[in-house]
Amino acid sequence: MTKQQANWSPYDNNGGSCVAIAGADYCVIAADTRMSTGYSILTREYSKICKLAEKSVMASSGFQADVKALQKHLAARHLIYQHQHNKHMSCPAMAQLLSNTLYYKRFFPYYAFNVLGGLDSEGKGCVYTYDAVGSYERVGYSAQGSGSTLIMPFLDNQLKSPSPLLLPAQDAVTPLSELEAVDLIKTVFASATERDIYTGDKLEIVVLNADGIRREYMELRKD
Amino acid sequence: MSKSAVDVPPMGGFNFDLCRRNDMLAKKGVNPPSFRKTGTTIVGIVFQDGIILGADTRATEGPIVCDKNCEKIHYMAPNIYCCGAGTAADTEAVTDMVSSQLQLHRYHTGRESRVITALTLLKKHLFNYQGYVSAALVLGGVDCTGPHLHTIYPHGSTDTLPFATMGSGSLAAMAIFESKYREGLNRDEGIKLVCEAICSGVFNDLGSGSNVDVCVITKGHKEYLRNHMLPNPRTYISSRGYTFPKKTEVLITKITPLKDKEVVIEGGDAMEE
Repeated sequence: MTKQQANWSPYDNNGGSCVAIAGADYCVIAADTRMSTGYSILTREYSKICKLAEKSVMASSGFQADVKALQKHLAARHLIYQHQHNKHMSCPAMAQLLSNTLYYKRFFPYYAFNVLGGLDSEGKGCVYTYDAVGSYERVGYSAQGSGSTLIMPFLDNQLKSPSPLLLPAQDAVTPLSELEAVDLIKTVFASATERDIYTGDKLEIVVLNADGIRREYMELRKD
Repeated sequence: MSKSAVDVPPMGGFNFDLCRRNDMLAKKGVNPPSFRKTGTTIVGIVFQDGIILGADTRATEGPIVCDKNCEKIHYMAPNIYCCGAGTAADTEAVTDMVSSQLQLHRYHTGRESRVITALTLLKKHLFNYQGYVSAALVLGGVDCTGPHLHTIYPHGSTDTLPFATMGSGSLAAMAIFESKYREGLNRDEGIKLVCEAICSGVFNDLGSGSNVDVCVITKGHKEYLRNHMLPNPRTYISSRGYTFPKKTEVLITKITPLKDKEVVIEGGDAMEE
């Protein structure tokens, strides 16, 4: 007697790719704007990037309904923090909050693959990468989503982040300039779009630095 | 497997013997390898002077594009072409096979091949394999009896139609045909309509993409317009380019000297034969 399989799933995958790169004094977070289901496109202009705090920006791919719920939850918690502590949450604090929020639903997870980017208290770029249940790590760059398997090896080749296990602890941030990092992101997404059917339409790039937040768009292949 | 006293000669049709083995392997967690499917939008229309076939050029392996510019319009005979959707190996194999059968038939009869001949050969083969040969085809051509357009499904059923679409993008393409098709289109209008239908599939269906191939067949003449439209150029090429180290990086160097080989001299007996 084979085990009965569920005939309904609460999850769906809306596809898409997210990337973040940390620099010495900036952080670049990017995601495509295509939302799809199965072989169809739901919309070509959906933003997967959300500003959680003054210096924390999160990009999430996966099931967008869960992503939206997660973003709302974190925004609410951030508001409470601001009322209680009279200041914005720092990026490392937000990183831990996100991890705890995800693990809270360990047995009915948020189907969200997140990448959190921002500036730490010293103004250096920081990127945190997550799995669906909250395991996180501070890294120099990361890619998540349907195109991540295409993007990560290229970033590894070009940015070559040192292992966090090495002693003395080496800086994870890349020595590239802001413009070079944005150029890298554009190349990486144009390439991922060629080979991944769920990535495409438009690319949204958010750059965080000491001057504030800057948003940029680039057209991608629409097929 | 079957206990038969006399060895029964293998009959025609699919040999299902390995299905039990596959089931057993699947239960143990060994999954069969995935196929390369063509995703696909393929279309065909009958116009004033003959047939126009169209196809996109993307081949997918699950969510990854494995070929950005493959050929989905296959040659069957000088006056007959066939678009294929479904498993790429199946469409290639079945069209190649029927194409050679048609050539032998042409030598035998001394006449131009007819579209219904190709149709019957294809449907017989596909029905024989009970749908396991996953090929969905749009067959079109012009012979002595006039222009013909047919669709053939993996299980072996066929339809004869004035306009047809197949593949994952068939609904997107059919929407265009149902709105804009009319009888007696001229060549330019026909090509424009076919391109519009394929583009609809290319942009709205994730399984289809890249370029548009068109094939125009008229009495005594055919034109294969490979990459007739290229609506998807690469969006960004970095001006600075990227460099890659030419060899694998050396991380550590450790030399372990091998032990000296000991030579054993045997004063033993010769081998007995």
